[in-house]
Amino acid sequence: MTVETKLPYDKDYINQFSGDHQEPEWMKELRLQALEQVDKLELPKPDKTKIGKWNFSRFKHTAQGEKISSLTELPPEINDFLDKDNLPENIIIQRNHSVAYAAISQELKDKGVIFTDIFTAIKEHSDLVQRYYMKDAVSIDEHRLTALHAALMNGGVFVYVPKNVEIEDPLQVIFWQEDPEVALFNHVLVVADENSSVTYVENYISHNNEEETVANVVTEVIAQNNARISFGAVDNFASGTTAYNNRRGVAYRDATIDWALGQMNDGNTVSENVTHLIGDNSISNAKTVSVGRGNQSQNFTANIVHFGKNSEGYILQHGVMKDKATSIFNGVGKIEHGASKSNAEQESRVLMLSEKARGDANPILLIDEDDVTAGHAASVGRVDPLQLYYLMSRGITQKEAERLVIHGFLAPVVNQLPIESVKEQLTQVIERKVY
Amino acid sequence: MAGSTLEIKNLHVSIEGNEILKGVDLTIKGGEFHAIMGPNGTGKSTLASAIMGHPKFEITEGSVLLDGEDVLEMDVDERARAGLFLAMQYPSEISGVTTSDFLRSSINARREEGDEIPLMKFIKEMDEALDYLEIDKNMAQRYLNEGFSGGEKKRNEILQLMLLKPEIAILDEIDSGLDIDALKVVSKGINKLRDENFGCLIITHYQRLLNYITPDAVHVMMQGRVVKSGGPELAQRLEAEGYDWIKEELGIEDETVGQEA
Repeated sequence: MTVETKLPYDKDYINQFSGDHQEPEWMKELRLQALEQVDKLELPKPDKTKIGKWNFSRFKHTAQGEKISSLTELPPEINDFLDKDNLPENIIIQRNHSVAYAAISQELKDKGVIFTDIFTAIKEHSDLVQRYYMKDAVSIDEHRLTALHAALMNGGVFVYVPKNVEIEDPLQVIFWQEDPEVALFNHVLVVADENSSVTYVENYISHNNEEETVANVVTEVIAQNNARISFGAVDNFASGTTAYNNRRGVAYRDATIDWALGQMNDGNTVSENVTHLIGDNSISNAKTVSVGRGNQSQNFTANIVHFGKNSEGYILQHGVMKDKATSIFNGVGKIEHGASKSNAEQESRVLMLSEKARGDANPILLIDEDDVTAGHAASVGRVDPLQLYYLMSRGITQKEAERLVIHGFLAPVVNQLPIESVKEQLTQVIERKVY
Repeated sequence: MAGSTLEIKNLHVSIEGNEILKGVDLTIKGGEFHAIMGPNGTGKSTLASAIMGHPKFEITEGSVLLDGEDVLEMDVDERARAGLFLAMQYPSEISGVTTSDFLRSSINARREEGDEIPLMKFIKEMDEALDYLEIDKNMAQRYLNEGFSGGEKKRNEILQLMLLKPEIAILDEIDSGLDIDALKVVSKGINKLRDENFGCLIITHYQRLLNYITPDAVHVMMQGRVVKSGGPELAQRLEAEGYDWIKEELGIEDETVGQEA
């Protein structure tokens, strides 16, 4: 039995919504075509997690958010994300579906860097957005949720780094779902043109523990030849939000895409992070940390697909499970025929803190080429009593010893996050969730 | 009276139902260095682990008192804060926790909340100890014992000993696997702590460590008991003649635990 998912959003609504945002014709058409497909397509089927009864249809589609006049006057909920001593020059704060604050340095503007909200980008850089939007990375018709996303997209950002431009300071975005019932159909599109480099860090946050809603996020990250993209994120939706988070990368010749993802949602979550290594010598490092608590069910996939010769993909997933939380960790390395000399490595480690939590680590290698190297490791275990004994033998209390071991366990990913304040913020979230 | 006193009385210890220690009696006072010697498999390391509270060992009889307080009633961390320290033969590797963070947590664990060691003071003390033990300063930023060589692990144990300044320390085969230069450095660290407030129990099966650290008393363990005690000259005789004369004297055929006639 599937739950009734008939949406109150029809063709007229989409027409109106697109018109209100002064979208070009191609975007309106894309939405309408996607809407037609929603009912024909099935929900995705993440391995070993049943999502048929999850809430993907009860939500409010739009809500505005107030402007924020200066970074020194941020509400406390989001103040923590910023480095107080070194306020970011390049930042967008999206509050519900409004841009509450946006800034980009003159230097980046002069170099032709685009860093703006998705609606502005669609209007002002229509051709550029159209060239990449749901084309090479995520397709509209993959399943019902991608189609729904395309039809109802209501927020997000666009980043474009022109050829040969190297951006040193990170670009930071905060997506703040302030209204407890509003859904985020967020679309993030990051394009780094040839020989360019960029570091991008995003935070998702909400506080809806009572009210139900949905986050349906599609992120497309395109690294052209010899481009380097470092992508960091902390997802922190409250327990009322059912989250579908699809982050996908495409790396062309000699390009690198590195991911550092803190998957800290409190609600049911499907999070898939897939990178296609299209070009020869392309590289991806995908590092994720996750914490599960309460009754939540989560499914995390990290998947690197090798097409290019001599491509390298490294997956590192670390998860901590407590209470009655259930999580599936799929680490997939796929080497296509022709991707010779490629290397696929994956490691999934799950630390269980309670008898009733469930964790499942599935490393999967799918190899269609002879001349490759690959390896995987997976473990699901408890805190080692001998480690605790050693720490406690120096006077450290059991609670503090456990804290040290858990932090140490998650450190390999936490330390990868490129912004100090976001790293600290992730550490705080972990602290709150684990204790 | 200077320092603390550790009293071990009639200690019986089992692991998974097998009795390893069969009544050990030993008293260590502040200012005294005791050595326990004996071949492998006679219960020396079991004694060390049982006193510290290793989760695998079960005390079936006897008592351990520190200044009259019942150590066996304390949790492992309480034993440490009461003044005990064990330099372990096989210290755990803790990924993701730097040696420096661990040392600071350990020092702060014995101080009151709000009275944590100031960061600069901590760094100064740690750097001095690292220099004294001729340890590369990078070690402070490496994850605790992860990928350390055998010698680095031993030095790290002595580094902790120097910074934590316990009342009574037990050193469990701190010399095993060390070359002569490392042995000298480790001995130098231990000797630095020597004063009337510090008591030490050194477990070894080689006499060579005792060339650098002179014990006040030497005890020989066999079959889970202390079978002979004496002064430093006992260690020298063991070095020269081995253990056979003791076995002969006591009528022991096989000295390992579980082989009693």
